[in-house]
Amino acid sequence: MFADYTWAELGSIFAMQGFSGLILFSVLLLMALGLAIIFGQMGVINMAHGEFMILGAYITYLTSNFFSTFLPELFGIYFFIAIIFAFIGTFLLGAFVEWSLIRHLYKRPLDTLLATWGLSLILQQLYRTIFGTREVGVSLPDWMMGSYSLTDAIEIPINGMIVMGITLFITVGVYLFLQKSRKGKQSRAVVQNRAMAGAVGINTASVDRFTFALGCGIAGIAGATFTMIGSTGPTSGQLYIVDTFLVVVFGGAASLLGTVASAFSIGQAQSILEFFLSGSMAKVLTLLVVIVILMLRPQGLFSLKVRR
Amino acid sequence: MLQSKFKSLTPRNDVLSFIVLAIVLMVLLPILFDIFRLNLIGKYLTFAFVAIGLVLSWGLGGILSLGQGVFFGIGGYAMAMFLKLEASTPENTAIQSTPGIPDFMDWNQLTALPWFWEPFHSFTFTVVAIIVVPAIFAYIIGAAMFKRRVGGVYFAIITQAIAAIMTILIIGQQGYTGGVNGITDLRTLLGWDIRTDSAKYVLYFVNAFLLLAVLVVAQYIRKSKLGRLLVAMRDSEDRVRFSGYDVSNFKIFIFCIAGIFSSIGGAMFTLQVGFMSPSLIGIVPSIEMVIFAAVGGNLSIIGAVYGALLVNWAKTILSESYPEIWLFAMGALFIAVVMAFPKGLAGLYETYIQPKVDKQLDKWFKKEKAE
Amino acid sequence: MNKNTSPITMRRKLLKALFTLPAAVALAGTSFISTAYAAEANTTGLAVTDSTVKVGILHSVTGTMAISETGSVQAEKLAIEQINEMGGVLGRKIEYIQEDGASDWPTFAEKAKKLLVNDKVAAVFGCWTSASRKAALPVFEQYNGMLFYPTFYEGLEESPNVIYTGQEATQQILESLNWVVREKGAKKFFLLGSDYIWPRTSNKIARKHIEKLGLKVVGEEYYPLGHTQFNSVINKIKLKKPDVIFLDVVGGSNVAFYKQLKAAGIDMTKEKPLVLTISVTEDEILGIGGENIVGAYASMKYFQSLPNDNNQKFVAAFKKMWGDKIVIGDVTQAAYLGPWIWKAAVEKAGSFDIDAIKKTLPGIEIPFAPEGYVKVHDNHHLWSKSRIGHAKADGQFDVVYESKELIEPNPFPKGYQ
Repeated sequence: MFADYTWAELGSIFAMQGFSGLILFSVLLLMALGLAIIFGQMGVINMAHGEFMILGAYITYLTSNFFSTFLPELFGIYFFIAIIFAFIGTFLLGAFVEWSLIRHLYKRPLDTLLATWGLSLILQQLYRTIFGTREVGVSLPDWMMGSYSLTDAIEIPINGMIVMGITLFITVGVYLFLQKSRKGKQSRAVVQNRAMAGAVGINTASVDRFTFALGCGIAGIAGATFTMIGSTGPTSGQLYIVDTFLVVVFGGAASLLGTVASAFSIGQAQSILEFFLSGSMAKVLTLLVVIVILMLRPQGLFSLKVRR
Repeated sequence: MLQSKFKSLTPRNDVLSFIVLAIVLMVLLPILFDIFRLNLIGKYLTFAFVAIGLVLSWGLGGILSLGQGVFFGIGGYAMAMFLKLEASTPENTAIQSTPGIPDFMDWNQLTALPWFWEPFHSFTFTVVAIIVVPAIFAYIIGAAMFKRRVGGVYFAIITQAIAAIMTILIIGQQGYTGGVNGITDLRTLLGWDIRTDSAKYVLYFVNAFLLLAVLVVAQYIRKSKLGRLLVAMRDSEDRVRFSGYDVSNFKIFIFCIAGIFSSIGGAMFTLQVGFMSPSLIGIVPSIEMVIFAAVGGNLSIIGAVYGALLVNWAKTILSESYPEIWLFAMGALFIAVVMAFPKGLAGLYETYIQPKVDKQLDKWFKKEKAE
Repeated sequence: MNKNTSPITMRRKLLKALFTLPAAVALAGTSFISTAYAAEANTTGLAVTDSTVKVGILHSVTGTMAISETGSVQAEKLAIEQINEMGGVLGRKIEYIQEDGASDWPTFAEKAKKLLVNDKVAAVFGCWTSASRKAALPVFEQYNGMLFYPTFYEGLEESPNVIYTGQEATQQILESLNWVVREKGAKKFFLLGSDYIWPRTSNKIARKHIEKLGLKVVGEEYYPLGHTQFNSVINKIKLKKPDVIFLDVVGGSNVAFYKQLKAAGIDMTKEKPLVLTISVTEDEILGIGGENIVGAYASMKYFQSLPNDNNQKFVAAFKKMWGDKIVIGDVTQAAYLGPWIWKAAVEKAGSFDIDAIKKTLPGIEIPFAPEGYVKVHDNHHLWSKSRIGHAKADGQFDVVYESKELIEPNPFPKGYQ
């Protein structure tokens, strides 16, 4: 298949293909980070994760409408403000959901699955009632939608760069938070041994609420970011569920580094396969490989060694 | 001795609720409803097969599969393939460029029947396949996972991914599977027109009878040593393992049983509804099937039947009258079941109704003894 | 959900609420058939009285397909209201019963059966995806109902119980390919679609036609429904350098594809490569965003911007009923035709009987259709013109080409299978 092309062409294609693998990696990682916290750290199966992401996207949509109507001169930078709003909105909803629903179910992880699935149905219908059944178009400032020509043949999509930037920022932020901050250390302590954590004076209930809400907030950021590359509709959130869970499980549930590694390998594998096979088969093959590896190594790529 | 063993297998309340269910299914519903509604009820009952399997594997064994739709699909597709071949006689398909193969294959430029379709000319093979294929498939998945002690949440997520793969595969390989449209326009079973009202009545009763039979098998498993071991495993797997049992084998077995039940349900679905499509085996239907079991009460096999009936019936009625709000109602139902009634319908029955029934029965039995 | 509040429907609702037998529901609908007049126009027990006739609307209001199907529901309700204002059909007001297919194909079959058997409706306007139609079709054939199906679709079907008011694949594809070859000098094509029957059949027809013209298909790719990452295939497109990207990607994937195509530095207004889609109407552009698709060409039979008088009136009436912000796509207009075609056929037959209108339907003409004159073919599809629209940033299309003649529908195209 390569006979017809010059080396220069091939080189630039491979460079771009590698880059699209990196974008896919960032997308997967950003999707999975919030869930890595909620599912990986707390063991809560949040089936409404996709709906939290779409809430972030809808908040971006509202913010963009607000700016284009009232502050058109600031439209160029509204996106970053929208991300902050998206975080705050989903964080608050997350805290509310934890308080009203999740905290009653910590001892029954499979039941959280059912309850959050119910929640996702309700959220979907809520979006439909408020925003209509049709997809909404989130308009973005022009500078974010273009591309940057590195050479004649290599063009770097700017939105891909932004996705990568945000992912990097959030990942580092989450890492520092978990490792360095007081709240983060507390939350890890609660994950590793709830009873002991309680005994040394950590308010486990408040740590749980904060951790869950944080995971939802990050989902909101992801949703806001994906308005650049995906669609925003009442049921768009469902598209993300399988991929997101697989990334987290494949990485080894309790390990942030694992999630990064897993997103990277799934992203690159799929991107390379997509180039050589048709899209559908690439997807099936990627999922199959992930499942087979999980069967051989059920704890995922990285696992936390804890005595429970 | 034998009698006492029989008694331990069949506690009085279980027998009573079984008889009540049998009367409801075989007598009450057919009298109350016309054939249109009865056919719908028959469709709901096919999901009850899956729900019963889930009660065994999830309620008893603690193995939650989010991919039961896959097994439902295996049975459904096996039956649909048989019926489709029967419908695609060379005479019926004379306008095609290759007569004698299913229409969707012709549209996809297939000129001969694929090899894995060939055996489905035989009804016996089809029936055997409906039982054996899901068992083998469940064995492979189960052996790979349980031997390595993958369980709980991980198992749920992986089975969910398997459901996703199956849907993508079936939709993508449309020349062989009918694609997203599924296998449609099924007409006769061994020459017998399954679309007529009388056939629908017959199929309803066959379905109800099979369901009762499955319930008996499930009850047997539940009350056998295996059933008790499963409960013990669910509560403390290590203790059972240290007592010298090979835990994974029991899990694999119960997962296979659940798969077979689902597959039977799927085959009956195809017969009663007249087609099979990938929309019944993906992630969403698979989760809905878990909901049926949960609403019924994930410890009660009889509850599973009522759960499947109630949820589906509510779905039909709500979407007929208030299409805009039925998702709200469904969502609220899931949350309510988990938060307020963790034991589902069966739990409600046990707390509020059973004591009264017991009292009545006690009175009745005493009277009989006194006489 | 049902704006209609006549005593009959009220009673129907009440009965249902009381869990009464469906048979009683049907009875309530038909018990008024007493005069000879009603009996004359209806000999098969449809829900027709001296003053009313019942029809069904069957689309997804919930689930993933609700996004697409809403417009069709709105168009059908508008047509019914306009017909009622003109005095109804054979002097009877149309009452509609709306059912939700919930984006679930067995539900479509089930609801179709309810409409035909319990409600005894005289016609059903509905279904959107091919899968939902395929599921409901045996029901319509078994109980002899009449379905008006609005979506452009892959063809390969011709049922006496369905009128297909959208275009079948060859009507949509062949003219547009001829046009890009003639006007734009296209030689190399890249076909990209979602992975299911409509894109696959459409691309097959496109490929055969391209090869018949002696030109080249340099790539053909399919992605699962709902896929949102297209960077790899965009790289492939860049590598193969086609003159035309022929697209039939649907749903959320559409939005993702155009955004990523633009971000990858392919400016569609430069037409290098030119983007020709058969899956984007004004409806989809709402989600994609006009600025992300400006410069692409779409092949449809109807665009909201058509300048003729019929269309001006239709657009005004539609906006009056459903709000100023609404847009009207190809399928919405096709759905609007359904009730009018049915009305014309019933009046020509002088009867609501399905068998009677089956005879009168072929040859029915709708000269006042928003898309212009259309006519029902013997194969139950419509003769219609093919048009090509050039997407503008405001989400509308400039119509740049219109076929001179009506194109004959050909659901089983010889040489393209």
